[in-house]
Formats: sequence, C-alpha cells, structure tokens
Amino acid sequence: MIELINVAKTYKSAAGDFTAIRNINLTIEDGDVFGIIGLSGAGKSTLVRCINLLEVPTEGEVIFDGQSMTKLSKKELLTARQKIGMIFQGFNLLSQRTALGNILYPLEIAGMPKAKATKRAMELLDLVGLADKAKSYPSQLSGGQKQRVAIARALATDPKVLLCDEATSALDPTTTVQILDLLAEINRKLGVTIVVITHEMRVVEKICNRVAVIDSSEIVEEGPVSEVFKHPKTAIARKLIMPQSGEGIESVLGSRCIRITFNGSETEEPMVSNMTLACRAAVNIVFANTRTLDGKAHGQMVLQLPEDDSAQARVLDYLRMRNISFTEEVETK
Amino acid sequence: MTWEQIFPLLGQGVIDTLVVTLVSTLIAYLIGAPIGVILYGTAKGSLFPNKPVNAVLGVIVNVLRSIPFIILLVLTQPVAKAIVGTKLGNQAFIVYLVIAAAPFVARMIESSLREVDGGVIEAAQAMGSSNMQIILKVLIPEAKPSLLVGSAIAVTTILGYTPMTYLVSGGGLGQLAIQYGLYRSQEEIMYLSSLLLIVLVQIMQETISAVAKRTDKRIRN
Ligand SMILES: Nc1ncnc2c1ncn2[C@@H]1O[C@H](COP(=O)(O)OP(=O)(O)OP(=O)(O)O)[C@@H](O)[C@H]1O
Ligand SMILES: [Mg+2]
Repeated sequence: MIELINVAKTYKSAAGDFTAIRNINLTIEDGDVFGIIGLSGAGKSTLVRCINLLEVPTEGEVIFDGQSMTKLSKKELLTARQKIGMIFQGFNLLSQRTALGNILYPLEIAGMPKAKATKRAMELLDLVGLADKAKSYPSQLSGGQKQRVAIARALATDPKVLLCDEATSALDPTTTVQILDLLAEINRKLGVTIVVITHEMRVVEKICNRVAVIDSSEIVEEGPVSEVFKHPKTAIARKLIMPQSGEGIESVLGSRCIRITFNGSETEEPMVSNMTLACRAAVNIVFANTRTLDGKAHGQMVLQLPEDDSAQARVLDYLRMRNISFTEEVETK
Repeated sequence: MTWEQIFPLLGQGVIDTLVVTLVSTLIAYLIGAPIGVILYGTAKGSLFPNKPVNAVLGVIVNVLRSIPFIILLVLTQPVAKAIVGTKLGNQAFIVYLVIAAAPFVARMIESSLREVDGGVIEAAQAMGSSNMQIILKVLIPEAKPSLLVGSAIAVTTILGYTPMTYLVSGGGLGQLAIQYGLYRSQEEIMYLSSLLLIVLVQIMQETISAVAKRTDKRIRN
C-alpha cells in the first residue's frame, strides 16, 4: 500500500549538496507495523517525511493507496495527507488549544460539522484513555499524555497509515511501553498501518513485524523482525540489536546448555549479569531453582550458551576461574 | 487660566491623543500585518518561499524604519496631502504616523510568527492544512500572546510620537504640554498633560499585558 521506488533526497545548500537518502526501495503492506531503524543522521526522518511529501523527493516515486504522491496536485496532496497521520518526538500540539481542541483541528481542516467533530474527538480521547482531560491544555499534560493526544489527533481523519517519527524517544521506559501498547492496539483494532521510526531496537522488537535498517542514507537490511534479529547480516544491524556494550556482544544463542550447581557458594555478586558483561556474551537462563541462605547460594541453574565457539569458551573459562561447577546438559527432545 | 478653562482643555487633549494613537495603530496594523505575514511566509524554508518578494519588502521596510520620524514627516507631506487633502493637522499627522509605524508593526508581527514552534507547523502540514489555514488557525493563535505584547509596544510607541503633532499644528496632550510649557509658561498645564500622557501609556501597557498573560495557555494555572 505504501511503495517507495528508488527514492532519493538531496538537500541543496550554499555549502554544497547533501544526499540524505538514496536508492530507497520499500514496500509497506496494509496492516504492517513497519520499523525503520538507524543511527542519528542516517536519514530516517527524511525518509518518513518523503512518504507524506513534507519533503519532496528529488528522485523516485512514492505510491500511497494506488496513487503517485509526487504527481498529485497541491489540493489533492492536502486531501491525501488527511489519510496519513503523523506523530512526532516533540508531540507538536497546538499550545493554545485544549486536548479536545487539538483533536478538533484536523476535523476542522477536513470540514466536518462542529457537533459531529466534537463527538468524534471525544470518542478518540476515550480511545487513548484521556476522556477526563478534554479541557486540559498541553502545558497541563505529561509527556505520555501529550503523545496520546497527538495520536488521537492523528487518527481523527481515519487515516490508513500512521507515521511515527521517534514518537517515544522523549518518554521514560514505562511510558514508552504504554504508548507502544496503544499503537499496537490501534494497529490491531483499527487496522491502521503503522510506520515506526526509531533508533531503539526494543521499540522494533516490541511492536513491529517488519523492519528496515538504514545506514548512511541507504537501506542495508530489510525483512521480518524475527529474521533480522536472529540473523543480522550487517554490522550496523548487530550494533543496533545489541547496543549496550557496543559491538562485540555475541547474542545469538546456540543449542548447548550447561547446568550449574550452587552448593553454598558466595552470592554477593550477581553472577549471571557479571558473566555476561565480562564475557561479552549473552546467555539464556533456561531453568533456575536457587535460594540464598545466610548469603550462600544453593540450587541449580541451566544456562543456554551462545552459538559462537569462542564466546562459549569465554563463558566456561569464566565459570572455571570462579570455581563454579557445571555439567553438560543433555538435550531432552 | 482658571481650572474651569483648564479641564476642558485637558479633556480635549486626552481625546485627541487617544484618537490619533488608536486610529494610527489600527491603520498601521491593517497595513503592517499582511506585510508581516508575507515577510514571514516568503522567507527561506517558510510556507511559500519567494526570495524576490521577501528581499524587496525587506528593503522597503528597513529603509522606512531607518528614517528618523521627524525627517519622514517632512518627506511624506505630499502623501498626506494626497490622502487627506492637507499637510497639517491631526489627520495629516495620522498619515505620517502610519507610514512610520506600519513597517515597525510588520517586523514585529514577522518576529512573533517566527517564534511559533516549527514542529507545530509541520504537524499542521502533515494533517493536510493549506497555507491559509496554517496562518489563520495555527500561526496567529499560537503567536497570540507574543502578538499582544507586540501590540502593547506598538501602541505605546505611537503614543510616544503624538506630541510631534505640534509641528504640523495638530492637537493633543503633547501639543498642550509644549505650547503651554514652552511658550506660555503655564507650568501646571505642562505638568498635567505630561502626567496624563504617562497615565495613558501605563493603562494601555498594563491592560494589554494582562490580557496577553491571562489568555496564554502555555502558562499552567
Ligand atoms: N533541510 C535540510 N537541509 C540540509 N540537510 C538536511 C536537512 N534535513 C536533514 N538534513 C541532513 O540529512 C541527514 C539525515 O537527516 P535526518 O533528519 O533524516 O536523520 P535522522 O536519521 O532522522 O536522525 P535523528 O535520529 O537524529 O533524528 C542529516 O545529516 C541532516 O543533517
Ligand atoms: Mg529524525
């Protein structure tokens, strides 16, 4: 339903031309929650702004709903934009209008009669869980609430697509999860296609079904989220998936498991997380039954080791060095 | 002069000053506001960028603003004559004030509009707003507090120029202060009319500021 064909955008300035995106070919299907992830300056915002022509591509074509956006007249473009909602990192609410007034804005633009518009706006406030904040001004709302109003406003004209440019980047982790849940619900219940721009993999992980990785103006990887997560092909994708301690973390898990037995060893340190950091390798706790008595740990834990051989070796060395005993766990199929 | 003679004189002075000030401000806004909007909209990266228009208007505005009022008054006498049929009196003086104030108003409006968050305009564009809708429904309402503060500055500045109507034989508080203070040594009239001028400035300034503050929804209350 959204198709970008060979899209490129070059900004011209006195200091020289700058190509923010090039060779962009993307197909976003109806009902997708499509993630576009990349580092700062990669061209994410430029790409998403090319979809609703806030930025006019210098090359290529943008097809939305069967029509070429670049070929529309000025007036047709304004109408088409009413079918493409957009939310932003900075919320961008009208500061002199109430929450209700903000949601009424796109309906006024679309020419809906006042009474009908007010009814629709109240329904939307209800949808985003802010029915009691209709009369509040943006300055009286929290960041999460502002983004909810922005979402309601973007949905007012029944768009087919919702573009989200870093919509959760200004929010704390808990609020981020709530907003992402709301977006997922909107996708599920209303069937709105969602395009999520982010630099955080956890956002993609949480709600997207497909993801494109953009690096230095180009899309370097694209596919179902599970595929890209399991087998990231490019260094940049690996970096984005495992950003905590930079490049070297081996996060792909293998089938080898070990069983650790604690017989009253010291537990002052958080063993598993320290090991992960020291070995730069992620492990999965398959099973754990431990308890601490007088500061000493008792019990057993089964860990799934990374696929990479040298990462496995690092983990095992780490355990040996600490005199933590372990046995190979035989796979029970 | 007795107080019975002085009071009507001062009363007429207040009325003359208010009329000249308010009418000039109003007309200066009718002319300056659209110019301010065009200056804003034709700027690079704005709603309808247009370099030639922006440059030409910019130069006109800057030139008019850089001419001292008293010189402008002399230079634009033919304009007053053409519009109100005379170079003298309060009506002609209003023409001079408007010519001086409209460019100033245009720049102030332009700068108020510039203060509006670009993100909000972008959001309005993404919702399919036309430029006209953005100007009327986004820019002006969002800039309202700043526009009001600007209008307080404009009206008090214009009021501050009103005594110069004395040069073209116009009337008002300023004319009274000059005439009776300088040439007839009636100091009480000079002090009273000056005091009234100060009071008028204060009233206008405070009223508009209060309205701006009370209606600004960015302030939590
Ligand atoms: N109007 C413009 N004129 C010139 N260069 C621009 C313009 N807009 C963006 N750029 C450049 O294009 C590049 C991509 O910008 P873009 O905003 O798309 O990045 P982004 O991936 O969204 O980054 P972030 O995560 O920081 O928002 C940047 O190097 C930026 O400097
Ligand atoms: Mg961006």
